[in-house]
Order: sequence, then structure tokens, then C-alpha cells
Amino acid sequence: MESFTFARAADAREAIALASSRSETRYLGGGTNLVDLMRETIERPRTLIDVTGLANEIAVRGDGAVVIGAAVTNTALAEHRHIRTLYPVLSRAILAGASAQIRNMATVGGNLLQRTRCYYFYDNEAAACNKRAPGSGCDARDGFNRIHAILGASPACVATHPSDMCVALSALDAIVHVDGPNGPRTIPMTDFHRLPEDRPDIETMLETGELITAIELPAAAIARRSTYRKVRDRASYAFALVSVAAAIDVQDGVVADVRLALGGVAHKPWRAHQVERLLVGQPATHAAFRVAAEAELADAVPLRDNAFKIELARRTIAATLADLVP
Amino acid sequence: MRFHINGDIREADVDIRTSLLDLLREHLALPGTKKGCNQGACGACTVLVDGNRINSCLALAVQYEEREITTIEGIGTVDQLDALQAMFVEHDGFQCGYCTPGQICSAIAMAAEAQRGLPSFVTPDLAAQAIRLDHDELRERMSGNLCRCGAYNGIIDAIRATFVEEVA
Repeated sequence: MESFTFARAADAREAIALASSRSETRYLGGGTNLVDLMRETIERPRTLIDVTGLANEIAVRGDGAVVIGAAVTNTALAEHRHIRTLYPVLSRAILAGASAQIRNMATVGGNLLQRTRCYYFYDNEAAACNKRAPGSGCDARDGFNRIHAILGASPACVATHPSDMCVALSALDAIVHVDGPNGPRTIPMTDFHRLPEDRPDIETMLETGELITAIELPAAAIARRSTYRKVRDRASYAFALVSVAAAIDVQDGVVADVRLALGGVAHKPWRAHQVERLLVGQPATHAAFRVAAEAELADAVPLRDNAFKIELARRTIAATLADLVP
Repeated sequence: MRFHINGDIREADVDIRTSLLDLLREHLALPGTKKGCNQGACGACTVLVDGNRINSCLALAVQYEEREITTIEGIGTVDQLDALQAMFVEHDGFQCGYCTPGQICSAIAMAAEAQRGLPSFVTPDLAAQAIRLDHDELRERMSGNLCRCGAYNGIIDAIRATFVEEVA
């Protein structure tokens, strides 16, 4: 790990001012990913600004929306009674991720900024990686790519986004609140992460010095009937091969509304717009879910080792929706 | 830097890069906490901070100043084993013992989490008020601690014998 200076911010304005006054700064939450990346010298910040003392509240607004401070821990969010009752997909997605020890450390803001677990990204010594060293190439594209992307990838990068929580936030149309040198603004969760295109090193829409301050969950009655299903190589404590965050509203056997997002398949949480568009007004049957899932995966591009993910995603989508319909 | 560890106040002048794990083992002569993978994947380094379990290898020590840290040295002694430690002995919950301090710390916090109603990924009803720590729940909740000797069955039996009666 390279050396750095450490500062603790008392509030968002101080954090942003500190970040603006120095070069190569990183905001530090629980450190569960950043500290590991620093130890591997993949991340080499010269200043760490500890923001775990900021924004620790979960507030339910008058209009029913929930505002989650960026420094809330993953455990505290998954445990919150309002979230468990009205947004079960979010609780379950968080609880599907990592281990209890890590969820106790990790923060909501940090979760959005965790980086891919592509082996070639982590292989700082020997592998080419456009995300780590722009322009160096991508050894994953023709390498061992069982865990890599099938949707939205580019010749420059086939990495996937590792978060479970972000998949649920995408399905829930969450809004990311940020603050920065140019003042506060909001970014829809579905736009927050980028597809790789030719700049996979740029992963989010955050600008230099911007700090995530909160995540807003709009009131969404549909989320009451929602869940998160995660398919992985072992039953626990592993990243998703494919995951599905889903919510559905069925009236008289017909799909009135549906929200669906996929994890483990793309450079960002993949909002399944095709599934949503095709299913509304259709009978809530396994056959209809399967047809919609096939449409969503129609543009999937397999790599050498991960063609299995295409059928796995289709089946997981259909099975997850079917399980939600009584 | 100033730390509260096992009821004592300890001071250490360490490099800013020092992890909580290295602080404990290398600077404060508390080698009970073990260094396994040093990447947050094995749980051998689990300690309690304000009663909650964390991986001390991923924790920069500087972030844990003035917090209440409990390590295995603060849980039981050779002469006076904690109840869970006694159950580990009785149920053959350890073989090489390297993962045991982390398993013990982890299980103590796990029982407290269940007591306060925190669900897990395998909890059928997330909104339920009470958690029943059955076999699947225990395995899921302890999945952040690996034991490569494979003493899992003994570990689960020891945890059940210690906590399940009072939690159920």
C-alpha cells in the first residue's frame, strides 16, 4: 500500500472542500473494497477522506419516499423495518451480498462505488486491463471469462458490476443524491453507472470531487411484493453469476405493473426494460415470463466460457417472477 | 492513536496504513486474532467493534480510534472459558484452531444480531419479529467464517448448544 494522508470530514461541505484542495483524493466509507484495492496498489490515493461520520440516518418522508444517508451501513439498511416490510427486494439483495462482517462495515454510498471483481482487473502484475490501465487491452475478452458480461459489453471491457444492492436500487428507480464543487444534484440510479464503451475506467456519472450524500427510494407500492434471487457457485458468500431483482403487481391474473433488473450480466445493474414493456397487460403465467425473458436476452453476446449465463438468466427471470405470483 | 480494547485503553504510534488486524497482532501483542487471507474472504480476523463483528484485515486502524474493540483475548481465558468456547471443546468445534478465534467472535455477534431480529438471506419472512436459528440460518449467518479443516458440523453444534435455546 502506498502512503497517504488521512482526514476525517465533519460534514459534506468539509469533505468536498478537502477533496477540492488536494489531488488524487478518495472518500472512504467502510473500506471493504477500497482498502483491499489500495493494498494491491490498484488504487493509489494520496488523501483519504473518511466520510463514515456523515449521513447515518434513514428518513421516511411525508410523501412515502425513503432517504437513506450514504454512510448508513449495509446491515442497518437491510435491517430497517420500513425497508424489510415495504421494499423486501432491497433487504434481501443486501443480505445476499458478502458476509455479515463485511455488511457491518460497508456503507450504502461505498457500495455504489465498489469495483469489478474481474480477475484481470485485480492482476496488477501481469494482466492487461483497460479499466486499470486505459489503453493496455483486455485479457478477459479472450481469457477465462466465465463470470463476465453477456449484455452491454464492449471490445474494451467485459467486466461486470459486483453489487447486489445496486441491482435492487435499479429496479426500484432509486435516485442518487450527490454534492460537489458545483453544488448538489441528483442522478437516477439507472443512469448512475456507465456501460464500458471505450472508457471502462470511467464507471459512474460522478464528476471530480463529487460525494454521494444519500439514496432516495421513491414511494412504490409495487415493491411490497418483491424479491431478490441470486444464482452463484456456492450457496453463500460468493458473487452472482446471475441475479434478479423483481417486483410485480398482478390484478385478476394480469400483470398490471412489473419492475425487473439483473445482476452479474453487465458492466452496470441491468434494468430489464424489455421484460417490463412486454409483460404489462399480459397474463401472469410462467409462459409469458419466459417469452419476456427471451426478448430481454435476445441481444446477449456470449464469451468463450459464459454462454451458460444466457439461459441461466432467462430461467432465473421466469422463475423469480413465477415465485412472486400467488 | 488511542484505542479501547478489551476494556483497556491502549495507545500506539503506527503508520497510517496499518490495518486493525496488524495493530492488534504486531503492535499491541494481541495475537489471538488470526491473519488468514488478509482480503476479507476467510473471517479468521473477525473482531467485535461496539458489539458488531467486522473483518479487522479490511479495517484501517485509524478509523477505529475511540471505538470499543473486543478480541478473543477479551472473551475468555484458559482458566475461565466463555460458554461458547467450552461448547467448542465439547463438540469438537475446532481442529487446527486457526479459524477458531474468528469463529467465536463471529458467533457471539451473530447471536446478538438474531436476538434483535436481523434477518438473513435465508429468512423466509423478512418482516418476521423473531428469528428462529435453525440449521440453515446458522450456516448462512456463519458463512463469513471459513474453516478449511471442515469442522463445520462441530462448530454449528457448539453454537446451537450455546445460543439456540435462549434465542428461540
